[in-house]
Amino acid sequence: MHYKIGIDIGSTTLKCVVLDESDNILYKSYERHMSRVRQLTLEKFVELEELLRGNELKVSITGSAGLGVSDKSGLPFVQEVFATSQAAKVYYPQTDVVIELGGEDAKILFLQGTPEERMNSTCAGGTGSFIDQMAALLAVDVGELDRLSLRHTCLYPIASRCGVFAKTDIQPLINQGAQKEDLAASIFQAVVDQTIAGLAQGRPIVGNVLFLGGPLAFLQGLRQRFVETLKLDERSAIFTPLAQYFVALGAAIYAGGLPQSFCYGDLIAAMERALKAPSESRGLPPLFESDAEYEAFQKRHQSAKVDSVDLAEYCGGVYIGIDAGSTTTKLAVIDERDNLLYSHYCRNNGNPLEVVLQELGTIYFLGKDRIKVLGSAVTGYGEELMLGAFDVDEGVVETVAHYTAARHFNPDVSFIIDIGGQDMKCFHIKDGAIDSILLNEACSSGCGSFIETFANSMGYPIEEFARLGLFAKAPVDLGTRCTVFMNSSVKQAQKDGAPVEDISAGLSISVVKNALYKVIRVHSADELGENIVVQGGTFLNDSVLRSFEKELGHDVVRPQIAGLMGAYGAALIAKERSKGQSTISTREELEQFTHTSVPVTCKRCTNHCRLTINTFPGGRKFISGNKCERPVTGEKGADLPNLYQFKYGLLTSLPKFPNKRGTMGIPLALNMYENLPFWNTFFGRLGFEVVVSDSSTRKLYSSGQHTIPSDTVCFPAKVTHGHIQNLIGKGVDSIFYPCMSYNFDEGMSDNCYNCPVVAYYPEVIFANMSVPPNIRFLYPYISLNDRDFFVKRITGVLREYWPDIGKRAVADAATAAYDALEAHHNAIREEGLRAIQYAKDHRRKTIILSGRPYHIDPLINHGIDNLIASLGFVILSEDSVPALPEYHRVNVLNQWTYHARMYNAARQCVGMPDTEMVQLVSFGCGLDAITTDEVRELLRHGGKLYTQIKIDEINNLGAVKIRLRSLQAAMNGRAEESRLPTGKA
Amino acid sequence: MKRMNNEYTEYTVPKPEFTPEMKATHTILVPMMLPIHFEMLCEVLRQEGYKVELLRTNHRQIVDEGLKSVHNDTCYPALLVIGQMMDALKSGKYDLNKVALLITQTGGGCRASNYLSLLRKALANAGLSHVPVISINFTGLEENSGFKISLRALVKCAFALTYGDMIMWVRNQVRPYERHPGETQRVVEKWTRELTGQFRSPRFFFVKRNYRRILRDFAAIEQVKREPIRVGIVGEIYMKYAALGNNSLEDFLVSQGAEPVVSGVSDFMLYCLRNGVFDNRLYGTNPRGKLIWRVAGGYLLSRQKQMIAAIKEHGAFRAPTAFTELEKLVEGYIGTGAKMGEGWLLTSEMLELIHSGVNNIVCTQPFGCLPNHIVAKGMIRKIKEHHPQANIVAVDYDPGASRINQENRIKLMLAIAHQQAEEEKSGPTPSPAAPQEERVMAG
Repeated sequence: MHYKIGIDIGSTTLKCVVLDESDNILYKSYERHMSRVRQLTLEKFVELEELLRGNELKVSITGSAGLGVSDKSGLPFVQEVFATSQAAKVYYPQTDVVIELGGEDAKILFLQGTPEERMNSTCAGGTGSFIDQMAALLAVDVGELDRLSLRHTCLYPIASRCGVFAKTDIQPLINQGAQKEDLAASIFQAVVDQTIAGLAQGRPIVGNVLFLGGPLAFLQGLRQRFVETLKLDERSAIFTPLAQYFVALGAAIYAGGLPQSFCYGDLIAAMERALKAPSESRGLPPLFESDAEYEAFQKRHQSAKVDSVDLAEYCGGVYIGIDAGSTTTKLAVIDERDNLLYSHYCRNNGNPLEVVLQELGTIYFLGKDRIKVLGSAVTGYGEELMLGAFDVDEGVVETVAHYTAARHFNPDVSFIIDIGGQDMKCFHIKDGAIDSILLNEACSSGCGSFIETFANSMGYPIEEFARLGLFAKAPVDLGTRCTVFMNSSVKQAQKDGAPVEDISAGLSISVVKNALYKVIRVHSADELGENIVVQGGTFLNDSVLRSFEKELGHDVVRPQIAGLMGAYGAALIAKERSKGQSTISTREELEQFTHTSVPVTCKRCTNHCRLTINTFPGGRKFISGNKCERPVTGEKGADLPNLYQFKYGLLTSLPKFPNKRGTMGIPLALNMYENLPFWNTFFGRLGFEVVVSDSSTRKLYSSGQHTIPSDTVCFPAKVTHGHIQNLIGKGVDSIFYPCMSYNFDEGMSDNCYNCPVVAYYPEVIFANMSVPPNIRFLYPYISLNDRDFFVKRITGVLREYWPDIGKRAVADAATAAYDALEAHHNAIREEGLRAIQYAKDHRRKTIILSGRPYHIDPLINHGIDNLIASLGFVILSEDSVPALPEYHRVNVLNQWTYHARMYNAARQCVGMPDTEMVQLVSFGCGLDAITTDEVRELLRHGGKLYTQIKIDEINNLGAVKIRLRSLQAAMNGRAEESRLPTGKA
Repeated sequence: MKRMNNEYTEYTVPKPEFTPEMKATHTILVPMMLPIHFEMLCEVLRQEGYKVELLRTNHRQIVDEGLKSVHNDTCYPALLVIGQMMDALKSGKYDLNKVALLITQTGGGCRASNYLSLLRKALANAGLSHVPVISINFTGLEENSGFKISLRALVKCAFALTYGDMIMWVRNQVRPYERHPGETQRVVEKWTRELTGQFRSPRFFFVKRNYRRILRDFAAIEQVKREPIRVGIVGEIYMKYAALGNNSLEDFLVSQGAEPVVSGVSDFMLYCLRNGVFDNRLYGTNPRGKLIWRVAGGYLLSRQKQMIAAIKEHGAFRAPTAFTELEKLVEGYIGTGAKMGEGWLLTSEMLELIHSGVNNIVCTQPFGCLPNHIVAKGMIRKIKEHHPQANIVAVDYDPGASRINQENRIKLMLAIAHQQAEEEKSGPTPSPAAPQEERVMAG
């Protein structure tokens, strides 16, 4: 008798299956391994001794963490996707496609036709652990999330690029009061979209689909989303009760085909050998060398505190500060002497209103009639919601609130870093005003909640987990990229057998390194100045605090109320600005408090924002989810010059030409945002009716999404697929979309390249999209730099299809086209000058919104220009700023035409009063890794602020708004004397 | 305090020159990419009178230095190359007033042309802005009065490239099968040493004799015969070759019983030169490119042809495909105008592998590599459409990407490779067993 054993060790669980000779399942188990992979494997064998001993055993190990176990024990390994396909072929031979979602990985297997097996790329982590994180965010368990999702009424668009991105989209929706049912379903839909777009990459998922993996085994809602999206039915969607054991099953079947067999003793010996093998993780130095060191550290940090007075005994005026953060809500109540009367810090569990309602009640209850509220202020993501709900006196920009609080502890503070649950805020203080502001973005997302979710997934409460890390002997090096990458590094550490304390310390160090090297981009501690204040809930974790000091090589101040600083700062500001009477809801009003929220779709423009309308007592309304002020005020923003709108307007009102030769489709994407006026006239003059693709919308984008081969390419490139699909839908005769290595030489750079993506994206389109054979797809290599050569070259290209086109006609068309492009550029420059003059005449501040030509696409810029306009700025674009009289060299190789404009604009910005620059950067733009540092330095040396906004699919402008308002506050702070309250009274 | 809005200090990163005097005093540090080639190239420079040291370091601090020194979204090769140099400078091994750095600059539209500027910024940030940096480029981007490469040295370089290519090529065909582990590497080292020595005399010139002896030595290594699973490595040039970058991919493949197939670096040089011709054809740029191609390209081509002929004549090893064939392969896939990064060459390398029966391919790239969105990941679908047997895995490398993730994906590719090999041997697989009762639960 021989048995086949399959062991699947994934990132969080260990699955074991034992089969007999005829593949009957004798045993199966599924359990969390809490990183004890080798130990648990051995225990599993011991547990099965009775069953196994005396039999001939065939065994194979699979799974990401199984790799290490196999290496160390010498037991056979099988790759997990391969194992899955083995089991599918045996148990469900009718299967065409297998979709498997695991804790960290997503896989798709095409079994029919050309077999193909794919795993998600590292940068696409929307799987099981993502769902866990999302459930935690909504403060429900996964089962509840599932039940909620089944009752949804609508779906929100959520970025499906990766889990971190999705989170960025979901968090604000929670804070805006969207229904949990809808959010739950939207989360599942995001997973579905990502699996289909990211993994199938254009290969259709048809036939019988077998769904595997933990999440799909347990979650009805997720199944439902898959079945609906893939248009499957009862028969073609195969769900198996064996789902979570399936890979182990495959491993067992694979083991059956192997020549080696073992006896029970062999297995035990192999695993004991593996256990003895030393841990391979290259450890970092421990956080503390000795207990004495730890004590000194603790003592030093105890000194930074505020005095507290008991609210239940206090009598007099109070000021309330509220910090409605993304995952936590904080309140602080202070007296006239800034003493802390009451504070509260808690997770808002997706319902910040409820928390504040309750806490205000508590404050009134404790204070009875002895206290009088003299002022209140609110800050954070939920600022507007609270303003509407409770009639709080003041809304305060987060950065200003934090600075105010930090200054209370150290009036000379030079640098503040705040690491909260979801985000990181860092700012330099110069001459008593906030200077540059740095916020983390999706790809540097390692923050507090990440450590917490991680601790929970490994079965530890966060406090315990943090304490373990303090005395770790060899913290593991987990890298600094985004949390998805860190997750995979933890897997590596588990594989190498690292104990949990080393992982805990490693996570703290990673969060810190991420902050220092990715967000702040610090080169040495000196850049941050002498007086550094650290705050935010995450710094209450001593491991994080210690890592920060060690990595920086400099002591810092951590106030004991590190987690409350936003609220405390808000309270200080409430006091400073108090008019003697607060408008905040009274005790009676709180008792009457009601709240309803309704989701609607705004139809005022093509953006079709999903709005949430919150209604409060007295008919007060708060609308969220909007990108502009139109749904709120019913009107467009103030009529200030906005070059983004102007440029977009020019492109959408180009002259039309009669159709003599047929239609020529041109996708309004990437460099066409620059060259469209040229090609429009060129082809128009040659007798073509030029058909430009429609404005970008989400729908247009998703129509081409499944043909994107590289999920890490920038969003502007991804949208191109949709534009081509749009042109195909319009039934054009031809599509013209040229490859262009070179751009125009505008005399302000050393070379005049396009970026590789802009230059060659037509190749990707042609290789990955099915353009029907009746549409001519022209994507010749062209340069417009040399007019004579262009005429020669394009004539040759066109004559292949239209032999009657004469060189004379082409030359004439080209002349007209060059004129049209020049006129276009002149119009932009003239409008630029007009805007500058307008700003001067009307004493308006100006923002140079610096990006690439395609950043004027409203889907790509998410209406950031409107947002800036609504703050009262005049908006210039990088190409509307006049060229410097002579070419100035920069400190990098200045070789891309579009980027040269940004250097030029930065230099010009320095000489322009009341003007700052905001640089738009698309995710994945490799070139901007070079330009951003240079632009930042050019501006900084010129005494200007540098603000960078990273944009991608992510729809939500919450973080952008905070950043822009912070910039505005900093500009105002510079213009006049600081309006901030002055330190301790 | 009120701020003046137009106070402006010009932001300039110093560019100290490598002067002729420094030739005698300064040690030039060269980052590692290809051990065999770079040892020989460094020797050529030494014979020109420079003090040169090749950085053979390979530890984690290199990545840490890189992360601190350059923008973390910069591509991984920049991070490693700059990290390796900064790490060396901070090691205390060198007199910081008597050291210079050398870096290549391709001058194309890819970010790689900016490594030099990024290195200078890193030096300035570390207070080392006095350290001169020498740019090796073919486009006249930058010159240093003290660093000139003579024609004689250039010729030697051309020889070094082809010698290196041959040793690397043949080594990979022997190493996975050697009976005595380490023997192949000993032959590699022997020949690297021998050829390095030869560059001091005109002996290196007698290629035919050298080739014969090299091939004979490799063929003499005792091998254990078994069915080969060949895996081609293509990709961004640093990731493709540098063990520091690709986590010793060749070693990993060998440890998994596969035979790595890695084409030579001459192809990349030829590709760079060839693009001058295409640029002129497509965009009407300076016709000088055509002339350079005819002279330099022609010379390098002849070197490559001679090497291929020698391998074919010897007969024990598969010979590489000549560059002239590569450009024909991409027809219908990608235009030869795609010239940034590895451009059309990368696509053609994948096709060349498949045409020569190597269906299994690891396509290496730095995370977020721009040209590879087009020429690698962008072309895989089309390649598979025409060659369904193609088994290509694209692997991203990055300071944060864990080895386990990379290896797991490569293992999947290998599992498929083994299955394909089995199927080829035994014909179609028997039909699967009928499902048993407990197992069927559809819907």
